[in-house]
Amino acid sequence: MAGKIKCISGPTVSVEMSGLKLYDRVYVGHAMLTGEVVRLEKDMAVVQIYEDTRGLGIGEPVKGVGMPLTVRLGPGLLSEMFDGLQRPLKRLKEDMGPFITGGKEIYAIDYMKNWRFHPLRKRGEDIKTGEILGYIEEGAFKHFIHSNRSGRIKWITDGDCSLNEAIGEVEDGSMLFGCHEWPVRMPRQYKRKLSPSEPLITGQRCIDFLFPIARGGTVIMPGGFGTGKTILEQSIAKFADVDIVVYVGCGERGNEMAELIDDFSNLTDPWTGRGLMERTILVVNTSNMPVAAREASIYTAVTMAEYYRDMGYHVLLLADSLSRWAEASREISSSLEEMPGEEGYPTYLASRLAGFFERAGVVETLSGKVGSLSMVLSVSPPGGDFTEPVTQACLRTAGAFLMLDTSLAHRRHFPAINWFQSYSLYAKEIIPNFKERVSSQWEELMHRCREILQREEALREVAEIVGIEGLQDADRLLMKASEMIRLEFLCQNAYTGDAFSPPEKTVSKIADIFKFYDNAEEKLKQGVHLDEVLKQ
Amino acid sequence: MRLLEHIYRTISSIRGPLLLVENVFSARMGEVVRILSPDNREMDGEVLKIEGDTVLIQVYGETRGLDIENSSVVFTDSIKKASLSLDIIGRIFNGSSIPIDNLPMFIPEKLAPVTGFPMNPSARARPEEFIETGFSSIDGLNTLVKGQKLPIFSCAGLPSKELAAGILKNAALKGEKDKFVVVFVAIGLTYHEYSFYRSILEEMRMKFVAFVNIADEPVMERLLAPRFGLTVAEYLAFEKGMDLLVVMTDMTNYCDALREISTAREELPGRRGYPGYMYSDLASIYERAGRINDQKYGSSGSVTILPVVTMPEDDITHPIPDLTGYITEGQIVLSRELHQKGIFPPVDVLPSLSRLMQRGIGEGHTREDHRKIANLLYKYYAKGRDLRRLEAIVGREGMTEDDRGMLNFADAFEREFVNQGMIRRSINETLDAGINLLKRFSLELK
Repeated sequence: MAGKIKCISGPTVSVEMSGLKLYDRVYVGHAMLTGEVVRLEKDMAVVQIYEDTRGLGIGEPVKGVGMPLTVRLGPGLLSEMFDGLQRPLKRLKEDMGPFITGGKEIYAIDYMKNWRFHPLRKRGEDIKTGEILGYIEEGAFKHFIHSNRSGRIKWITDGDCSLNEAIGEVEDGSMLFGCHEWPVRMPRQYKRKLSPSEPLITGQRCIDFLFPIARGGTVIMPGGFGTGKTILEQSIAKFADVDIVVYVGCGERGNEMAELIDDFSNLTDPWTGRGLMERTILVVNTSNMPVAAREASIYTAVTMAEYYRDMGYHVLLLADSLSRWAEASREISSSLEEMPGEEGYPTYLASRLAGFFERAGVVETLSGKVGSLSMVLSVSPPGGDFTEPVTQACLRTAGAFLMLDTSLAHRRHFPAINWFQSYSLYAKEIIPNFKERVSSQWEELMHRCREILQREEALREVAEIVGIEGLQDADRLLMKASEMIRLEFLCQNAYTGDAFSPPEKTVSKIADIFKFYDNAEEKLKQGVHLDEVLKQ
Repeated sequence: MRLLEHIYRTISSIRGPLLLVENVFSARMGEVVRILSPDNREMDGEVLKIEGDTVLIQVYGETRGLDIENSSVVFTDSIKKASLSLDIIGRIFNGSSIPIDNLPMFIPEKLAPVTGFPMNPSARARPEEFIETGFSSIDGLNTLVKGQKLPIFSCAGLPSKELAAGILKNAALKGEKDKFVVVFVAIGLTYHEYSFYRSILEEMRMKFVAFVNIADEPVMERLLAPRFGLTVAEYLAFEKGMDLLVVMTDMTNYCDALREISTAREELPGRRGYPGYMYSDLASIYERAGRINDQKYGSSGSVTILPVVTMPEDDITHPIPDLTGYITEGQIVLSRELHQKGIFPPVDVLPSLSRLMQRGIGEGHTREDHRKIANLLYKYYAKGRDLRRLEAIVGREGMTEDDRGMLNFADAFEREFVNQGMIRRSINETLDAGINLLKRFSLELK
């Protein structure tokens, strides 16, 4: 399939060409820029280009690939860093230097590398599509290879193999491979969905204790600039109790990514003691990289995340930030001259977001294992105003809402999670689990903590009028206890050893505060002066 | 591919800075065109959109005097490039990169596209080298590092230019003399403001390159000037190993120019009429700050960007400061209240932030007790500020002694630590001033 460029307007190009399917991938111009068909008319197609269109000319050739935008899935993805189109950035740097100067196709997977393959099935056995053939050792992980065909196994490798050759064959002559391609916009298949019931421990006291999240759940964290979205995302990426982390830097800062790589390379996973990078995949499309690739980046990432989920792993996808993705869709939509919805965002914003959120969950995979994909997504509402369309659309589907508060951030209260507005819909399912695993008092302590914070708020209003001296001693003590909860329990410095708080530490810390409070209350009743009590 | 320049006299419409030319043979996106007016003026333009053989052109410069019948358009088959050479240091250009210092154009060593290319995130080095600005409120609490982009959020009438000039002076004093270069980009400044900056640059005998667009000059050039400036900065930093400090003032004029052009193109307006792509557009400027991690691929220089943003209506949630804050690594916020108290620089440290501070301070960078001092000063000042609200209701007499002490601390902090006039303080002096202040109020240094 080949055609010619007719019109160019920003990142969209009209081509004279037939035989294309919607969302097919095409190569555009002499520079072979990657694009995706977004609209079809008779003998005409509108193509969304994923790269800078500068220098592109009328009449230049367009080539169809006959396939939609895909990612390559196989061993070797872990600890790599990709752009929104799954180009490996480190190899791209070796190839073209520190600046990304143009369209160049480098595959995400190194086909020449040798891997050790361990078969789990034997010659003569029957296998179905989606069942496990064997595994490759990828770092510390068993990277399970699923069969791409059904039939009786004719032969299967046992030993070293590279990914460009077959690792087996079924009797009808189809080859079995160790890697494959998958369209990014299509959710990967599974047997059935299960409901989330296990906690995803983040090591952040405020989240684990007040707003616990579930494996397979979705969490959004909206916050104005300077509220610590990125730091919180990165802390969760470092300490979360999962097997694999996929981190998407979607339209954010480049220096931040340099920091993240630097940190992750020097840190270990607190749960396994292995290097943090070993379990991490980075997808990075910074704000100055092409907008259309930014739109694709979250799909590229979620497809890789689903791929590891299908091996029965617990995967966490973090995206910073979803608003940049939404803005990219808006730019694309407006260059296609679509009718705009609220604030210029396309009217399909909510349904696209819902479709994306639904790719999270706990599933029984085709091979019968149980894996989960959880999402923690930050949102950057303009002006810190939560009534804007992206935050509102996310709120309709997300299972937990962590509201990052500018006034807390100004007081350097980090993580700046507002404890009155935030919520987690998973709390009910998960708390029994904490009670069983960590402390039987978990729920009781949580309610007490909430109540004290609530009462402090009411008292603060009174204190603003009568002054703190005008409050009764018991109330002043409560304010003191609440201050301790805020400063010593809810605040967590991301740059010290306290950055990670396992649930045992979390619960003992809050219990200590209550112990102090109970003792002090007792003394107060015995007639000890408040100042004396507080001194201890 | 065309080899020669093509000349057309087929303009079909002229709308503000936009031209529509018909029957053009194989134009390219972003191609530079020259427009010749009937009175023999020449100006540059760029291809914006191509529909078959109809081409939409954006003109840089004044379109007054153009007509449909006699004006002609030359297609050059090249894209907008900046001329680069070490000889550029010390020169002053307008927003279209034409010298305005009465000296002849230098001979370029190379040409590079003005929009630049995005830096590969895996090639970035983590910024962590401290830059001393001489101001306690910045060095002490919102430390600037090489490769950072840190805007100054100002309000109309506040002394942002004195602050920017002060930072320039001190950075130049402390930087390695032959490695430190300032790129100064004036965007829609009044002549008065520009001459202030110019006198500073000349008085300091700094190495500098300036791109200047004055308020009455073409709006289109406001979009070009920062890009020329940054292309020069990248060249000097990543090819010649120099440390660049790019001062861009005022980004509010840049954004207004962007809105003006966007409306002329009949694009869909976003918040407050600014185009929906303003975030990406601003990012294509700010993200050019940085350093490269591997000398195999580029020099060890750095590009640090210091944009000045004047917040319309003093509103930090206005789209310009808002989008800027989402891209930059922190912000220095000036406060009208402090200015009225006579404090200079009137930096409000509470909403100010430097995201890259953590790695740029402490042993080996500034001083080992820096982090501790900064945290304490911040904590007690925040507390004092909080108590001011209470004071307004119950009066100072109704407060505990501790609280009154905290209020006094907050006042002293503003008067003595933040306020320093034009006297520079070294980082040691800043930290010592912090310690003394804490000691005087017997606040523990734990």
